[in-house]
Amino acid sequence: MDANTLVASLQEAVPGAQIEGVPSVDLQTTIYVSREELPAIARTLKDRSGLGFDLLAEITAVDFWPREPRFELVYILVSIPNRLRLRMKVRLSGDDPRVATMSGVWPAANWLEREVWDLFGIAFDGHPDPRRLLMPEDWEGYPLRKDYPVQIKMTPQTAQPLQVTEDEFRANVMKDRLSRG
Amino acid sequence: MGLESEFEIPVLTTTVEKMVQWARRSSIWPVTFGLACCAIEMMAMSCSRYDIARFGAEVFRGSPRQSDLMIVAGRLSRKMAPALRRIYDQMPEPKWVISMGACASIGGVFDNYALVQGVDQIVPVDVYVPGCPPRPESLIYGIVQLQRKIDQQKLS
Repeated sequence: MDANTLVASLQEAVPGAQIEGVPSVDLQTTIYVSREELPAIARTLKDRSGLGFDLLAEITAVDFWPREPRFELVYILVSIPNRLRLRMKVRLSGDDPRVATMSGVWPAANWLEREVWDLFGIAFDGHPDPRRLLMPEDWEGYPLRKDYPVQIKMTPQTAQPLQVTEDEFRANVMKDRLSRG
Repeated sequence: MGLESEFEIPVLTTTVEKMVQWARRSSIWPVTFGLACCAIEMMAMSCSRYDIARFGAEVFRGSPRQSDLMIVAGRLSRKMAPALRRIYDQMPEPKWVISMGACASIGGVFDNYALVQGVDQIVPVDVYVPGCPPRPESLIYGIVQLQRKIDQQKLS
């Protein structure tokens, strides 16, 4: 399926959507969609029988700083029933890099979006678990942004903070003692 | 040690200190702490071709409670640093650390935000083994150097 057929099919399903097919340079269909229409288009891509993109293989982002719009979010989709691959991109401005979460459509988006949030600082509205994935939780900044320094002089942590509160910790210890008699 | 011929049976005399030093250096049990490609060389060192068992250090333990030596093999990320420190703290005394390879010793080529620039910021290191990665012979040499160091450690 080339980009034109796909765009025509999507525009029929989501009327009035701004979808931009781009000429493929690597035999993989590529489309640009707008941030507002992403949820509807994602739902269509997954559920429509002629498309059936049921596997979200990857979400990543590209930082084009200082160009504006600064970020491009890239979704790599695979349709197992129809044997198709699709690269879907969303342009985001540097002032307000946020987009709706896709974890309701593809559950795989959960951790992939956390990774993009961790390293690029792109917020995903409605994400069920918006924590950092790779960096320590109290890390400042988003390391894969172009304006992030490469070298950082900082003392490494040697201890992790408790995952439970002190009261919970004491309650656990007491419960343990009681169960042993 | 001296041989005493006054007894009927052959006897060797020594001091407690020398015997403890001998026992410690002759049975070093490393904890497995492979972090990156250096771990492959570390495994090669413990296998039959290089056979670290010749020097009495062959038993790699999965538990820090049963180990004397931590071979930090590979680059240490900042997020891994608390885990490394915790495993080191769980090892019983006396304990030693070998920093294996350029990354573990000084950060290597990864001079960036994600990696600790030398594990000596986290744990005290006894022997540094240079190389990227070091060959198994280098690591064996490092372990022999560590054995010499253990041989000179006083008990008191």
